[in-house]
Amino acid sequence: MSKTLFDKIWDAHVVAQVEGGTEVLYIDQQFIHEVTSPQAFAGLEKRGIQVARPQQTVATADHNVPTKNQHLPINEELSRFQVNKLAENCEKFGVDYYGLGHHHNGIVHVIGPELGITQPGMTIVCGDSHTSTHGAFGTIAFGIGTSQVEQVLATQCLLQKRPKRMRITVDGKLSKGVLAKDIILYIISKLTASGGTGYFVEYAGSAIRELSMEGRMTICNMSIEMGARGGLIAPDEKTFEYVKGRKFAPKGEAFDQKKAYWETLFTDEDAVFDKEFNFPAEDIEPMVTYGTNPGMGIKITGNIPKMEDVDNPTTFAKSLEYMGLKAGEQLLGKSIDYVFIGSCTNSRIEDLRLVADYVRGKKKAEHVNAMIVPGSQQVMAQVQEEGLDQIFREAGFDFREPGCSACLGMNEDKVPKGKYCVSTSNRNFEGRQGPGARTILASPLVAAATAIEGRIVDVREALN
Amino acid sequence: MDKFKKINSTAVPIPIEEVDTDQIIPARFLKATTRDGFGDNLFRDWRYNSDDSPKEDFILNNPTYSGTILVAGKNFGCGSSREHAAWALYDYGFKVVVSSFFADIFRGNALNNGLLPVQVSEAFLHDIFTAIENAPQAEFVVDLEAQTFTIAATGQSTSFEIDPYKKMCLINGYDDIDYLLSLEDEIKAYEAQRA
Ligand code: SF4
Repeated sequence: MSKTLFDKIWDAHVVAQVEGGTEVLYIDQQFIHEVTSPQAFAGLEKRGIQVARPQQTVATADHNVPTKNQHLPINEELSRFQVNKLAENCEKFGVDYYGLGHHHNGIVHVIGPELGITQPGMTIVCGDSHTSTHGAFGTIAFGIGTSQVEQVLATQCLLQKRPKRMRITVDGKLSKGVLAKDIILYIISKLTASGGTGYFVEYAGSAIRELSMEGRMTICNMSIEMGARGGLIAPDEKTFEYVKGRKFAPKGEAFDQKKAYWETLFTDEDAVFDKEFNFPAEDIEPMVTYGTNPGMGIKITGNIPKMEDVDNPTTFAKSLEYMGLKAGEQLLGKSIDYVFIGSCTNSRIEDLRLVADYVRGKKKAEHVNAMIVPGSQQVMAQVQEEGLDQIFREAGFDFREPGCSACLGMNEDKVPKGKYCVSTSNRNFEGRQGPGARTILASPLVAAATAIEGRIVDVREALN
Repeated sequence: MDKFKKINSTAVPIPIEEVDTDQIIPARFLKATTRDGFGDNLFRDWRYNSDDSPKEDFILNNPTYSGTILVAGKNFGCGSSREHAAWALYDYGFKVVVSSFFADIFRGNALNNGLLPVQVSEAFLHDIFTAIENAPQAEFVVDLEAQTFTIAATGQSTSFEIDPYKKMCLINGYDDIDYLLSLEDEIKAYEAQRA
């Protein structure tokens, strides 16, 4: 029978069926971090049980860590306590822990792939909704709550209902200055913030195939922003090449054996999806968001919708009031106070190379506060090796140490109330980057150009 | 987990769509390592000014509205997977959240913590908001056993869906983990067959 890629992987992981259609799903790999794991470990302790398969969980500190002076003890008491708690728990339960300063440390969704832990055909979970990032390798990867983190620690399994299947195909050639981030912001603006709820998405089409692994990760990363449980892309030579030779990837013969299996991971020709969307790549332009959910995106040259054109005027008006914007207006030319380049969406080496290329020899606008936070120690080392940090500093950017940083504003890296921030992260929710902060989501290229010009510009013109 | 019993209560309306978990509990309050006390910071930035004084126009600060049922607009609980959102709602005292649409992860997290998500049609949701608007003390009945949600004053009722396994868990106060732990042999057999 013809199967989708998703079903091939899912079926291979079903341990048992429960009445009513729920399935017991085996989880190959779990990632944990300091914020959503302490209560899970506490649960195990309360029950007096161990981590079932400690070698199938890896821990990192990323959400709640400073991005300056990581060699010093964390200043903020609660953060320090939480990070220490994770170290303690990992020690006690025998889980590998990549703490601050460790050369494997970084944002959980950046380190998994770069260490070769993330491999095609796996099931991967983490107490973080952007776990969908790993789907770029042809894995079923999704975010879970803390109770489920505990379940996986205790049993390596989860109770799950099989989601519905959706395929989003983007065919054609992207124009200059249009990046993976623009593709996904465009898709979410079409499907809305809830359009994918109940579905697992497969991204397909020539424009997706053409993307680098980094670009594919950016796409899969934001699947959750349309409500989807996750997103995945069929693995291909690019995927295998990326995985090959990485620290925890299979080596030699083992790799060839795995690869032979990975090559069977694609959607069969006449497999059926519950929903399909097709978008031509040529329609996609650089995107920016104007509202307080990632579905509220427009082309950079476009206008914010008019009040009479939206379905939910109350929510829309509340959103615009928060953002200090007006219905119908343009964002082009808008003066911006902050630029944040980072997060598991866009903090990989490819993103930072692109930014460096753009800002080389230029200077950021005087009034802009511009920050670059690499996704991991490995990315940071690469940046230094290539001398990109020098370029950033000369252009007036603050280049930090790795972490989630202003993506969620749990540490000191916050955007002040009322200030506008063009951010390469994935969420523009109210207060996400700090109480009262106004977030405009965009690609790393748009963010770089904004920092230089001090206002939102059509990066395509700037490129010419 | 506490056992879920039939509920008869007034409700608190938040007629906003896309209420994300960053609003329910902002990230800066996620530094705790226990599950307790999150209710104090539920809807923190909608509920309090930056000097910690209550915002008078926010519904939770309005004594006219109370109860163990929260009624909210479509796509409630979208965004982050933080289970703290469910903990905060439950800790505050809510037992039921009603909406026309729930984000997946939030729905799962709620169910894992004894908080019942009741999904109703857009039209019925509208009727609930109207009933509260007409009478803030309007009572609602949530019967999990029968899977019905009723506007007491009018007797208008709707049924809601819930996974039979989850229903059993809520009614008996069972956690998934108890069940999964009982499957040790099956899990080992699965691993052996894969190796
Ligand atoms: S960078 Fe942001 S979205 Fe990514 S894992 Fe960290 S907090 Fe979550």
